[in-house]
Amino acid sequence: MIQKFDTIEKEALEALKEEQNNDIPQIYIGCATCGNATGAQSVVQTIQNKLEKENIKADIKEVGCIGMCFAEVLVDVIKPGRPRISYQGVTPELAEEIVESYVVNDDHRPDLTLGYFGEGGPEDVEQIDTGDVFKNQQRVILKNCGVIDPENINEYIARGGYRGLAEALEMKQENIIGVLKDSGLRGRGGAGFPAGRKWESCLKPQADQKYVICNADEGDPGAFMDRSVLEGDPHSVIEGMIIAGYTIGSSKGYFYVRAEYPLAIKRLRKAIAQAKEKNLLGEDILGTGFNFDLEIFQGAGAFVCGESTALVMSIEGNRGWPKPLPRPRTTEEGLWGKPTLLNNVKTFSVVPQILSKGADWFKSIGTEGSPGTAVFALTGKINRSGLIEVPMGIELGKIIHEIGGGILDDKKFKAVQTGGPSGGCLPEDKLHLSVDFDTLVQAGSMMGSGGMVVIDESTCMVDVARYFLDFTFEESCGQCVPCRQGTQQMLEVLNDICEGRGREGDIEHLLELGNSIIKGSICGLGQTAPNPVLSTIQYFQGEYEAHIKDHACPALVCKNLIVFHIDEEKCTACGRCRKACPVEAISGEKKVPHKIDQSKCTRCGICFQECPERFSAVERLTGKENLAAAARGRLTDV
Amino acid sequence: MQEQTSKALSGFEGKPNEVIPMLQAVQNEVGYLPEEAIREIADMISIPESKVYGTATFYSQFYFSPRGERIVKVCLGTACHVRGGMQVMEALEREMGIKAGENTPDFKFSLERVNCVGSCALAPVVMVDDDVFGRLAPKQAKEVLEQSDPEV
Repeated sequence: MIQKFDTIEKEALEALKEEQNNDIPQIYIGCATCGNATGAQSVVQTIQNKLEKENIKADIKEVGCIGMCFAEVLVDVIKPGRPRISYQGVTPELAEEIVESYVVNDDHRPDLTLGYFGEGGPEDVEQIDTGDVFKNQQRVILKNCGVIDPENINEYIARGGYRGLAEALEMKQENIIGVLKDSGLRGRGGAGFPAGRKWESCLKPQADQKYVICNADEGDPGAFMDRSVLEGDPHSVIEGMIIAGYTIGSSKGYFYVRAEYPLAIKRLRKAIAQAKEKNLLGEDILGTGFNFDLEIFQGAGAFVCGESTALVMSIEGNRGWPKPLPRPRTTEEGLWGKPTLLNNVKTFSVVPQILSKGADWFKSIGTEGSPGTAVFALTGKINRSGLIEVPMGIELGKIIHEIGGGILDDKKFKAVQTGGPSGGCLPEDKLHLSVDFDTLVQAGSMMGSGGMVVIDESTCMVDVARYFLDFTFEESCGQCVPCRQGTQQMLEVLNDICEGRGREGDIEHLLELGNSIIKGSICGLGQTAPNPVLSTIQYFQGEYEAHIKDHACPALVCKNLIVFHIDEEKCTACGRCRKACPVEAISGEKKVPHKIDQSKCTRCGICFQECPERFSAVERLTGKENLAAAARGRLTDV
Repeated sequence: MQEQTSKALSGFEGKPNEVIPMLQAVQNEVGYLPEEAIREIADMISIPESKVYGTATFYSQFYFSPRGERIVKVCLGTACHVRGGMQVMEALEREMGIKAGENTPDFKFSLERVNCVGSCALAPVVMVDDDVFGRLAPKQAKEVLEQSDPEV
């Protein structure tokens, strides 16, 4: 059957050779969701039209996300015999200019470039692979994202794709599990359970049917790693699932994908059809007699469905309720009561590479306890937002300051949030920590599936905790009391604190509630829901105290604790704030400094944003004294 | 509407595990889940209506009353939250004269909050149907609505 695959591979390479004419320019356009959101499709259209007009032949490829979302729309051009030059922030107008200058003529326009990949680029352009963004990264799971055309299976095969499957099909099932165990691969969904052991516990039970499910219901607010992998390299996930099917003895797999990811679903459908055409999926795969089919199930929007028993309930057509404790493991009794193997998108996608390159290769990356790489969606108050992949064990601070390029608008770093609503916030003095499953848990946060949100001094930590609690309260399935009632109680206390009704003892109350919810809830949602609150109390207790004791929000965020005031000496009476105020709370006329009527002000903050920075006349004040003075209409006395 | 519902449900066999895909198909076609559709799904699968409602109401994707021609979704995922998504929401509420979760009286727009559309790098983000508006300031709310007017 390896011979059979060799033939498929050979055919793929030949087909590609025919498709790919290296004598003409290759143009890559980042067309994942983030690229499209920034206008990639109109850039594609413009480039096509321009090339036609100039009568130039070039290959245009719509590729997935290369991770540099901050620089979208990205257009890469490879002219025959030249390195790949990346242009950033491309609009249709700039696209036309780039084609005109570089493709038609030979001016590579250093002013519009982000850099180049590979060796031997022009001297006035930076090399990207050795620059800050990429030098600390190691692309394993994302190695094809933004590089291949995700809608062309031949490109995946040409980069070693499906060889892992062909090799797996020649192996004994126990041996595949042996390699996985030896590799130390831990599930990339967040909790980091050893994948080999999970697969093994699904191989053991005897059953007439078993199922493989890929969890692509990425529900963490602030995370888009799985989406990018599905959009940019769908075949890697499919290949991993087929290997899983063969290993545990299953003939049927499901993708559980968020309905909010239409492009990922479209690409998956196409990839599944292509894999079937090549006899890599479907019946009698590569002539081995092994059958495996894949179906896509669209999730309907419930965060709790990330929990395995809830996800299974959802596919069966029910409310996504986690099964009550004590419950059998999904690996023994899952979908339709049959043994079911459930892994995250990234876990499946890395399996083929582990099988073709070996456990030792995988172990050579990362740390002893957490081998391999970690994929993060790096967002928030950071200069270079994007999708990154780093070896486990890298310092947290390196990610933020080197790869991410530091904090937006030169503000001061305050915290980094990982693990979404289940995780926590770590302060500056934890930035030396190593990024791996165990270290982050010890510090009060967690790896999670890969959301990493950077928070600066202008973000209120109590408000962040309240934000996450609001989320978990909304998403609690309502089955068990500690989670349903507990999150509500915590949320009420947090609302009180943020709105100036905080009381002595609230912090202790939150800690007690949090610990009870962790102990008493039946599933991962409740057991981790208090983490954002507990970790912010652990590291930012002072902010809580300021809210409670002084009615002060040090970050000037909590609306009920701030007032807006115009400094008469700085105000030039330009009238911008007065015109912009949606509730007509600002009075004043030409040459007369403006004033805010506190009884009308809704604290929307628009005047603050409107006031030109060179004047900075609108200020935000907080604390008991200011609030009381504002209520008396005598703010200027303070 | 009956026709639309029947069309949406035509490809299904009525197996119990088809509840969610059936609900999704109806909503895609009709825009929300009318009572009759719930009844029809229950009949097709031979389960009580209450069971279908029970499933449908659990998931945030489903709506039970008509919605505006265009859906304005304000992302309040973590990245959007820390980059001022809430101010954008408030500005849209003021501009449209409605609260999140409501329709404008002329049914041109519905306003909704969503938890992450996965375009975090563009935060704060608003989606109007499939059009994405990124890196928004509250004062651009009006612009977004003008550009998205279904009658223009």
